[in-house]
Amino acid sequence: MAERLIELRDISKSYGQVYALGGVNLSVDRGEVVGLLGDNGAGKSTLIKILSGVVKPTSGEILVRGKPVTGWSAARSREAGIETVFQDRALAVQQTIVRNIFMGRELTGFMGFLRVNNEIEEASRLMREIGFTSKVFTPQSIVGQLSGGERQGVAIARAIYKQAELIVLDEPTTALSLTETAKVFHFVRQVRASGRSILFIGHNIHHVFDIADRFVVLDRGKVALTTDRSEVKSAEDLINFMEEVAHPGGLAGLHDAGDAEQRAR
Amino acid sequence: MSKTMEPDLHEPSAGIPRPSAQKEWKHPSDHWMRGFILDNRAALGTLAVFIVMMAVFMIANPTVFTTWYLYRSVLTTLPVALFVVVPLVFVVTCGEIDLSFPATMGFASWVFALVVQAGYDPFLGIAAALVTGMLLGFLVGSLVVYGGLSSLIATLGMNFLLRGLIQIINEGKSMALTSLSDSWAYTIFSSQVLGIPVQIFWAIGFVVLSAMLYNRHRFGAQVRVVGDNPDSAQQMGIDVKRVRVKVFVFVGIGAAIAGTFSVMINFTWWPTAGDGYLLPVLASVFVGGTPTWGGIGTVVGGAIGAVTVSFIQTGVVAAGLSGFYVQFFNGLIIILSLLGHKWNQARYR
Ligand SMILES: Nc1ncnc2c1ncn2[C@@H]1O[C@H](COP(=O)(O)OP(=O)(O)OP(=O)(O)O)[C@@H](O)[C@H]1O
Ligand SMILES: [Mg+2]
Repeated sequence: MAERLIELRDISKSYGQVYALGGVNLSVDRGEVVGLLGDNGAGKSTLIKILSGVVKPTSGEILVRGKPVTGWSAARSREAGIETVFQDRALAVQQTIVRNIFMGRELTGFMGFLRVNNEIEEASRLMREIGFTSKVFTPQSIVGQLSGGERQGVAIARAIYKQAELIVLDEPTTALSLTETAKVFHFVRQVRASGRSILFIGHNIHHVFDIADRFVVLDRGKVALTTDRSEVKSAEDLINFMEEVAHPGGLAGLHDAGDAEQRAR
Repeated sequence: MSKTMEPDLHEPSAGIPRPSAQKEWKHPSDHWMRGFILDNRAALGTLAVFIVMMAVFMIANPTVFTTWYLYRSVLTTLPVALFVVVPLVFVVTCGEIDLSFPATMGFASWVFALVVQAGYDPFLGIAAALVTGMLLGFLVGSLVVYGGLSSLIATLGMNFLLRGLIQIINEGKSMALTSLSDSWAYTIFSSQVLGIPVQIFWAIGFVVLSAMLYNRHRFGAQVRVVGDNPDSAQQMGIDVKRVRVKVFVFVGIGAAIAGTFSVMINFTWWPTAGDGYLLPVLASVFVGGTPTWGGIGTVVGGAIGAVTVSFIQTGVVAAGLSGFYVQFFNGLIIILSLLGHKWNQARYR
């Protein structure tokens, strides 16, 4: 069995009266791609924000390589080798690409002064690696000048910089064209091939089905299903299950409407 | 369900033509001069405003403006302003404002005056003033950051509070520090070299160091990111609150130096020390090209802004206009600079 990289145990989170998560368990093994699915508002982003230390859980435990952690924070999670591409991309749009890639992890030398040339070199290498460099911009271009897809590229470049052991992607392909989406999936495969792990959140179940080794379906703050890829025959199975979870007993009208909508796309 | 619209997820690399631009990053500005101008447009814009203003004054009265005495009076007061303008650029970049620095100047220089009057070495007084400035900056910063208060209102309140405290305790009385004139500290920080007040050299050093801190240091980088998007900064593991408190501490340090310098120039500490600097210093920051919304700014621009503002008064009088014109010109320069910067800067948020 592969090494257990990350484990979230019985995580709950409430925002005042709103219960975003109620006792969620989630684990990621080394070299595994986990697909996290669920409706809008199911609590997916909240869960990964807890994992990346941005949001403090109301209760629950986080284990890294089998050891429970205390004082979990965004900085700690990055030190532990977890990099996250957040749903809102988390970019500072008035800053350069370089400053965004090295945000919170500046390359410094003498007395905390920046190693600017190193940073620029590294940034251009990363952007080339990702293949998001078709336009004429430089590591010193302002992020506010980039298109949505290019900004996503910056966020991904930032996440792969440190050869992180776990890369969390929260809906990385929304707002991306087909080619750019394909690049993201290519990148996911590369990461897995190199023995590192990915936690992938997506709304397109076909996409998630194609790349994930395991699926976790969240529904209104609870895990509705955890299953290995081998146990699911097709993406349609997964879709049916999710619809069953969302509308127990099968709301016939809704079901048909949803189907028609998906066919229309 | 048809899959024709789905991207080819299995063999993505085969289908993607590798664009040739991938090989080399091309700078949009082919010439380094253009790059330099683009990177420093705010500071250069401020410089242009300054040059035009000086030209107007000189045309109005060529003779007075070439007299050395005029520059010397500017060079004595300008450094005091620079020591607070520069840290304020950091504060404004960080998305905050600090209106309490005049009282901090008064408070820190009061401590300096007390130490000197008690017969201790002025160096000890400077050290005590610096510590006082840091503590006050920390106090103000913590109040804003950990108290979750609006920096505009909280620092305004702190300015009144601290100044009030000074007034209550001193009952309006000043302190004469005649012993300063033959001290080492005075020679080093407040004498003249070839007729030029040395404060200006210290101030230039401070500006250069701070510009490096702003543009080339982790601290400056984090200040800019926090001012730009505090949520992202937090998500990337930056201790946002700590960075915010630090910029207030920096203002405290600057204000302490400024206050001490102004006392050394006059050999006297007044309970109102620093009060007159509030508006000119704020004006300098924004005339200098640092926008109000945070995330970007320019230290060098702020310094040029301070030079501009400090020349307005002298210039108006030197040009033969009555003192009644000073306020009008102050306002005119501020408005024109803001318009210029708005036209000169792209805004991304
Ligand atoms: N900062 C917050 N304050 C209050 N409620 C919040 C906050 N963040 C999230 N919530 C609530 O928690 C629930 C889960 O939100 P979350 O963003 O995790 O959903 P999600 O699964 O990522 O949805 P989506 O697919 O739309 O991104 C929602 O009901 C949301 O309203
Ligand atoms: Mg979400």
